[in-house]
Amino acid sequence: MIEEITIIGGFDKLGNPEPVKKAMIKKGEIFGVVGPTGSGKSSLIGDIEQLSQEDTFSKRKILVNGKTPSYEDRTNPRKKMVAQLSQNMNFLADMTVGEFLSLHAKCRGAHSKCVNAVVELANTLTGEPIKKEHDLTILSGGQSRALMVADVAIISNSPIVLIDELENAGIRKHDALEALAGHGKIVMVVTHDPVLALMTDKRIVMKNGGMQSVVGTTEKEKALSQKLNKIDGLMLSLRDQVRNGEVIDDIELKNLEL
Amino acid sequence: MKMVIVAGTPGSGKTAVLIHALQNINEIGLKSAVVKIDCLYTDDDRKFAKINIPTKVGLSMDMCPDHYAIYNLEEMINWADENQAELLVIETAGLCHRCAPFTENSLGVCVIDATSGPNTPLKVGPFLSTADIAVITKGDMISQAEREIFRERILEVNPNCKIIEANGLSGQGCAELADEFMKSQEVSLDQEKLRHSAPLAVCTLCVGETKVNKKYHRGILRRIDGFQSYEGE
Repeated sequence: MIEEITIIGGFDKLGNPEPVKKAMIKKGEIFGVVGPTGSGKSSLIGDIEQLSQEDTFSKRKILVNGKTPSYEDRTNPRKKMVAQLSQNMNFLADMTVGEFLSLHAKCRGAHSKCVNAVVELANTLTGEPIKKEHDLTILSGGQSRALMVADVAIISNSPIVLIDELENAGIRKHDALEALAGHGKIVMVVTHDPVLALMTDKRIVMKNGGMQSVVGTTEKEKALSQKLNKIDGLMLSLRDQVRNGEVIDDIELKNLEL
Repeated sequence: MKMVIVAGTPGSGKTAVLIHALQNINEIGLKSAVVKIDCLYTDDDRKFAKINIPTKVGLSMDMCPDHYAIYNLEEMINWADENQAELLVIETAGLCHRCAPFTENSLGVCVIDATSGPNTPLKVGPFLSTADIAVITKGDMISQAEREIFRERILEVNPNCKIIEANGLSGQGCAELADEFMKSQEVSLDQEKLRHSAPLAVCTLCVGETKVNKKYHRGILRRIDGFQSYEGE
């Protein structure tokens, strides 16, 4: 069982020691990773995915339950503790959705029945339906993203879940985060989106490739997050209307209680 | 002397991964030497020179680069001896997917690029299936799911190899590779045999025929329907 992971700070892009020397994330916690583009958010997520042992640019070290993970734990997909939804959404595999998911289920030691569940879940997250017979390489950005979210949620059912920018591909991000987070997992979300950032328990602030500080989400922020959710809901419905070729007459603001 | 033979498709990151691994070997204090085999051109020797490792370049020109590497093993070992090296690393050109220049007691390392698609492990043949170590590079450019499928495909072709996921830019994974170099056994050339036979290469094209029409060709020839025969006197 994974109770906690510890990130031991390394060095930023300029070779200076990171201000945050140690960060601990416990089971059931959702951590955000925020910062400008190029500040090292994806690298931090990458370090955790690989359970780095001072062997990446940052020289960070990742401990699981306070101990160095074994080589086998770090590399064997059947034992893998980490599921990652990365920003790399270009499928290179020349095969159908069904073949791809079956192969991945086999790699992870998951049951082949998972395949249908993944496609079903993916179709709740995106507007354009995905079929098992579709070629992977022709999927749109939103479809690929939805499929990867569902794949991570169902096939790569690992105790640590890393999510790199959920907001970019026009999928229902709240539903997606809910599907991914699951019960009792350790979750890290890289985001530029205040709606997602304020949904987390704490957030790591990145700058110049280094962890600058860890900010706890305040009660006030949690309340604000509820309001932001409503605004987001409004934006989503407007987006659907525009997508469907409708003309917008007015925006209903009084429900937002701002 | 320990001998490591590194094969892999062009551009897969053999040199980048080796530079990091050999820096680790330098830090441990073991003396290494590198022979880089290529066909027509290479400037990789300058990259190895930068980390103070004696480097020799072999250009095979008209000869098959893998045959050339095998044929020159004795010279390479003698040269490494002259440089007081305890570890000889031979980086091959690795082109046609048919040869595997690994010898029985050397450490056979295959470097393979994850962005080349999940069917690549099925295509590359003996330099993967007879390798001790498969190093997967550029894994950071594809999704985790595709990376895991790629890995599974490698194990289908070579269930006994050790897989190391490495990053030629950051050096991630290269310390593990250096560890395997250190564990490899001593070789003595008299006892060494290839793990996999080199392919047939005895047709008129091998000796310079340039006409393409079938009637001009002699030797051991294989037709597209799979029929193979000897044509000639």
